[in-house]
Amino acid sequence: MKDKIRAIVVEHGRFAGNVSSLADDADLYAAGMTSHASVGVMLALEAAFDIEFPDRMLKRSVFESISAIAMAVAELLKEAGR
Amino acid sequence: MAQDLASVAADKTKAELALLRGLLEHGLLIDCGVPGIYGRGPVFEDTLQRFNDFVSRLTVHDQATPLHFPPVMNRTYMERVDYLESFPHLAGIIFSFKGTDLQHHELVSKVRAGEDWSQLQSMTEVVLTPAACHPLYPICTGTLPESGKLIDLTSYCFRHEPSPDPARMQMFRMREHVRMGKPDAVVAWREMWMERGIALLKDLGLDAYLVAANDPFFGRGGRMLAVNQREQQLKFEIVTPITSSEIPTAIMSFNYHQDHFSKLYDIRSSDGETAHTACLGFGLERIMIALFKTHGFAPARWPAAVRQKLWP
Repeated sequence: MKDKIRAIVVEHGRFAGNVSSLADDADLYAAGMTSHASVGVMLALEAAFDIEFPDRMLKRSVFESISAIAMAVAELLKEAGR
Repeated sequence: MAQDLASVAADKTKAELALLRGLLEHGLLIDCGVPGIYGRGPVFEDTLQRFNDFVSRLTVHDQATPLHFPPVMNRTYMERVDYLESFPHLAGIIFSFKGTDLQHHELVSKVRAGEDWSQLQSMTEVVLTPAACHPLYPICTGTLPESGKLIDLTSYCFRHEPSPDPARMQMFRMREHVRMGKPDAVVAWREMWMERGIALLKDLGLDAYLVAANDPFFGRGGRMLAVNQREQQLKFEIVTPITSSEIPTAIMSFNYHQDHFSKLYDIRSSDGETAHTACLGFGLERIMIALFKTHGFAPARWPAAVRQKLWP
């Protein structure tokens, strides 16, 4: 799942440099992802995993690293019984 | 609770209609047939000018550079700053006719018949200015002086949000001071202004206080942007009760853009680092409406302490 998330983050995060070597726990905002780019990441994740982030998850900390995103996605998939 | 909120909103709507009626009957505003678009009568304009002079007197030692831009701007400015990602529902894009004689004939026929003629319009290279400071950043590319920059701007601004609330106009004037420079200088400037802004408005007899705020971003993505903005404390507003004490109205706002505009337009501090920017805005019409609501529709009968500030 992390590889799929990483691909989405790289495609939609609008980073300036090469980010293919980003660690799972690297701060994506520090790496150059803007708030607007994080919205694109959020929407792409929803489409890719067929999930909907509830309001409580629409915040900076949920999207700050690949690990954090993976935790949130896993939680939503579990809630959906998948 | 839901019932309470509904009744608060209903009371506010009633108060908005009553206030609008009062402003129109006293010739302060002039109805133009569209909610949120009004002419301004002579007393309204004189009072607004007096307020502007009051602000200018208070800030004379800041030595802000006054600049003026028309209320339309280069469309690419709006496209580049992600405005359409954040506020597609508020943006005003100017369209015009660029067709042939035959299409012109079709246009006129459709207008006469009361049919939709929007398909015969093409986008132009200009948009209505959404905030007074937007035309400023693109002309500041380069290295700032050692002390940064401070600019004083006033512009009519457009937001497409038709409303019967006289304090929510579609076209209104925003006076802004914009500070550019090193991050600590910009943050200190914003903090100085929060106190100064409240004092200035209280001096005019307004019950003004500071709140953390967020912009009205569009859609679900917008909810995330709003939460980010609040978490990072990037936006504050000074609010005052105009048509509701439970839902007060913002009359000044303070926005810390960090490096959003300076990265985009390559604005650098004297040390070569990307500069930070922040702005404060006075909602001039909203402040006028707050004053008329608080002190009455006839400025000649306003409290002496307030008159002394505006008509010294």
